[in-house]
Amino acid sequence: MSGGREHPMVLAERVHKAFGPVEVLRGIDLKVEAGEVSCVVGPSGSGKSTFLRCINHLEKINAGRLWVDGGLVGYRQKGDRLYEMKEREVAEQRRDIGMVFQRFNLFPHMTAAENVMEAPVQVKGIGKAAARERAEQLLRRVGLADRMETYPAQLSGGQQQRVAIARALAMDPKLMLFDEPTSALDPELVGEVLDVMRGLAADGMTMIVVTHEMGFAREVGDSLVFMDDGVVVESGRPRDVLNDPQHARTRAFLSKVL
Amino acid sequence: MTGVPDLSKEPGREPGDDQIPPESIVAIPVRHYGRWVSAVAVCALLAWLAWSFVNSDIHWDVVGEYLTYDRITEGAAKTLWITVLSMAIGLVLGLLLAVMRLSDNAVLSNVAWGYIWFFRGTPVLVQLVLWYNLSFIFDTMNFGFYKDETNDIITPFVAALLGLGLNEAAYMAEIARAGILSVDPGQTEAAHALGMNGAKTTRRIVLPQAMRVIIPPSGNEFINMLKTSSLVSVVHYEELFWAADIVGSRNTRVMELFVVATVWYLLLTTVFSVGQYYLERHYAKGSGRTQPPTPLQRLRAQLTSFRTKSQVGGTTV
Repeated sequence: MSGGREHPMVLAERVHKAFGPVEVLRGIDLKVEAGEVSCVVGPSGSGKSTFLRCINHLEKINAGRLWVDGGLVGYRQKGDRLYEMKEREVAEQRRDIGMVFQRFNLFPHMTAAENVMEAPVQVKGIGKAAARERAEQLLRRVGLADRMETYPAQLSGGQQQRVAIARALAMDPKLMLFDEPTSALDPELVGEVLDVMRGLAADGMTMIVVTHEMGFAREVGDSLVFMDDGVVVESGRPRDVLNDPQHARTRAFLSKVL
Repeated sequence: MTGVPDLSKEPGREPGDDQIPPESIVAIPVRHYGRWVSAVAVCALLAWLAWSFVNSDIHWDVVGEYLTYDRITEGAAKTLWITVLSMAIGLVLGLLLAVMRLSDNAVLSNVAWGYIWFFRGTPVLVQLVLWYNLSFIFDTMNFGFYKDETNDIITPFVAALLGLGLNEAAYMAEIARAGILSVDPGQTEAAHALGMNGAKTTRRIVLPQAMRVIIPPSGNEFINMLKTSSLVSVVHYEELFWAADIVGSRNTRVMELFVVATVWYLLLTTVFSVGQYYLERHYAKGSGRTQPPTPLQRLRAQLTSFRTKSQVGGTTV
């Protein structure tokens, strides 16, 4: 892995994705530099989440190219040919990409600490004691140091999502994907999760955030991408896009959510 | 002290100033006369049944005597042993078959389908006899490191174990498959997103959660197996039923010995049901906010605390 930054963290070129006859992504071009916080907004069904899931190969793309940190996602290129990656190689790629889900998806049979320790111990082979110490650090970072031994069912939604963020951070990812992280939360719990994400952004984490929180996008985002109907309609600095949208579709969407 | 509101106060209290809560409600509970009548009827019926048994031709002293007769206790031990081993084979092979059946690999899923099709589709009695007479097809067995006459390998015990265990695996596979399908797909995605491979995801994330759904019907299967094991007498494995049959026909106390066998079967299934309760608690970890106390804990709590009058909404009155 090269030390220099001659390539962006995420680069998408004309990415297409179809589920059967339904074309969900119809040519996405996107570039996210290291350290950048990119917020993706758009109406539901616009393909935002699908695109996010393509980045760590939870979905296979049908056409176009997608690179993360200079490496092609899910394929190896030799000459002109593409070779599908083996399961092991895909898993290796995913280690460096953290993902936070709308429905948290914490492991319900494990305590908060065990959730955070699971991947470092099972995937990276780190010793349990060391993993536990790191889990404590990470849970303290998200404000849940006193909930180490608590099971997810005993935590509020906001707390669960913060554990999920700690769990993703435990693999020391170079890129974090957030799939509507606050959409399943009660309104008064949204703030605590956004605070943690704000902290991450301040620490220089590269983040792609699919969200409906325009305030967060404006305040924390380095770039804003507006997607509709499987294409990127408009992108730029959040302030510019939100204050002075160039496209009619963007204007129509923003007038509904702002 | 009836509640005429004190009008000298401001209407509407400040939140949190309810220092002295109002008196708890004491009401006459609804009377269930029908339950008393039916309880009496059930008791009368049971008493009549018990009376009939006691005054029948069964010699109860013989039953008591043979309850701990060597051959019977050995038979009960063998029944338990063959059941535990067959269930172990069934559970492990069943989980494997379920994972195979749900695999993307067409060879694996079809092999699993074929296995389940055959072993569910034929009576276990027939399978037992087939295993016992395996020497019809293979007269010797050669495993490379070990070679012998088939009849020396397939003893009554081995035939019973293979017959029951392999048949059970087909049923357990379907139970396990239902359990695996009950786990939220988001769990698999989360594990994959963390870089876990398929095998680790199955073993660490999916199966532990599937177990909660798998265990109750497996307990059912276990109890069924305790009883189905009485069929292995056809391959000359001397378990509880056959032991009772032999002893009974020798001393011409057939009915008494079957009562003995009944008592033993009930004893075994009862002990097992208790074990199942604790196993289910173990796998319910993290599912509810708090676990209800076990009967033992409840008993201890009741013995060590004074009985207090219940509050409305409590569970005991």
